[in-house]
Amino acid sequence: MLKDITLGQYFPGDTLIHRLDPRTKLIWLVGYITALFLATNVWGYVLMLAVLVLEAALGHIRPKTLLSGLKPLIFIVIFTAVINLFYGSGEALWEWWIFRITADGIRRAVFMASRIMLLICGSFLLTYTTSPLQLTDGLERLLGPLKKLRVPVSELAMMMSIALRFIPTLIEETDKIMSAQKARGASFDTGKLTERARALVPLLIPLFVSAFRRADELATAMECRCYHTGGARTRMKQLVFARRDVVALLVLAVLVAVAIVLRHVGV
Amino acid sequence: MSVPILQLDNVSYTYEEARRPALDGVSLTLQAGDFVAVLGHNGSGKSTLAKCLNAILRPTAGRVLVDGMDTADPSRLLDIRRTVGMVFQNPDNQIVASVVEDDVAFAPENLGVEPREIRVRVDEALRQVGMYEFRLHAPHLLSGGQKQRIAIAGVLAMRPRCIVLDEPTAMLDPVGRREVLSAVRQLRRSSGMTVVLITHHMEECIYADRLIVMSEGRIAMDGSPRAVFSQVEALRALGLTAPETVSLLHSLRAEGWDLPLDALRVEDCAEAIAAYLRRPRGTDTDLE
Repeated sequence: MLKDITLGQYFPGDTLIHRLDPRTKLIWLVGYITALFLATNVWGYVLMLAVLVLEAALGHIRPKTLLSGLKPLIFIVIFTAVINLFYGSGEALWEWWIFRITADGIRRAVFMASRIMLLICGSFLLTYTTSPLQLTDGLERLLGPLKKLRVPVSELAMMMSIALRFIPTLIEETDKIMSAQKARGASFDTGKLTERARALVPLLIPLFVSAFRRADELATAMECRCYHTGGARTRMKQLVFARRDVVALLVLAVLVAVAIVLRHVGV
Repeated sequence: MSVPILQLDNVSYTYEEARRPALDGVSLTLQAGDFVAVLGHNGSGKSTLAKCLNAILRPTAGRVLVDGMDTADPSRLLDIRRTVGMVFQNPDNQIVASVVEDDVAFAPENLGVEPREIRVRVDEALRQVGMYEFRLHAPHLLSGGQKQRIAIAGVLAMRPRCIVLDEPTAMLDPVGRREVLSAVRQLRRSSGMTVVLITHHMEECIYADRLIVMSEGRIAMDGSPRAVFSQVEALRALGLTAPETVSLLHSLRAEGWDLPLDALRVEDCAEAIAAYLRRPRGTDTDLE
């Protein structure tokens, strides 16, 4: 039951997209989102969708996988669409009490929903094709200049990678505790909402206790392996900014430029 | 004689809010290359002893010298920790990274070793524990014994002179236990590293050169495993039982069989009994 969390999942591979430097991919995501927010008409959205499909194809990510990532967030998409539906201006197509749907509203709703879906899929493409470790590494390097402002970038990156490392361990533990409580007659999926919430207490308390104990032991083990803050760490795996990364960033620049141009083309 | 790798002078340690000291005046000297097993019950002070060996705990009285460096000196902390590596009970709580080789690289990365040199050390450490083929695996998908070997490799990558294993097999199944112990013995054979193995399994002490029995924060017995385990009565008084081999020999002796008590390994034990049964007739008449 807990095994099917796709959020932040990584699909190992050796495609062009996989081989790109994580920094490039992070910049790409930021650029892509910028271009997405620049899009105001059909052509803009078509372009962004085409880019997404191309990326997915290059990374050998099946459309089904990409869409399944949307499932847990579908509520947000629908909610945004509905809100926007009633916010249009112009002549009403349908009216009831305070609700008023216009052609403009429908347009907005469709655009907003597409925008959010593209944004989510774009972000998932990044996590699908980049290992969490590379991602943390990339973030650490990109945010490196903030160290001068005393932002503990390396420490934050370390926290993130440890969190990622312990997700499977804690999921396993949750499963174990759930089984133990079920064996004692606990039920997690029947009863009213309040009853279910209450049933979680005997699950969460042992989980927290164990997480704290783990944290304590991990801290000692890390100290034993000479972890200390403030020192100059090196990395075994160096990030290499290759020619393909330069090309990728040039393509991104073109994409943003085209998005700006399309903004001023009618439809 | 060279500087001992570990030297403890009258070391005591009392935890906060504890009435009794966990370690009570322990003095001990280990030479480089020793393989020492520390045996004791829960609460005998053996884990506290381990934690004093690389400055996780600083003794409340007495001093610990690691290769001549006092663990009370904060400026030598990193040097002390890279000299004495430590492996703990729960492999899950020692592994920091999501990929085996990245985890093994953790310690040298902390020490600021050159990337290329880290690669060399990581590959070497993984080969030493027989986990090289698993270098790209995710640790949480490995077995307990494999995870513990990764943890050992993570320490080896620091190139320590001494490795302290604090009950490394306590959470493992018999297969995992064998894997880890044979990795430790292999390591000792190939590199001659100083090994301190803390355990409460008698059988794991057999291969050590020296066995220290802890009880109530003190060293109760100290000697070769053969010498220590032969003192069956003294062990019993400490609430410990000798390994099955020695117990068998001991009860046979009680029956009047003339057997040595120091045949610790199963093969040696069988050999000793066979030799007794084959002894020339006439020297002894009580055989049925």
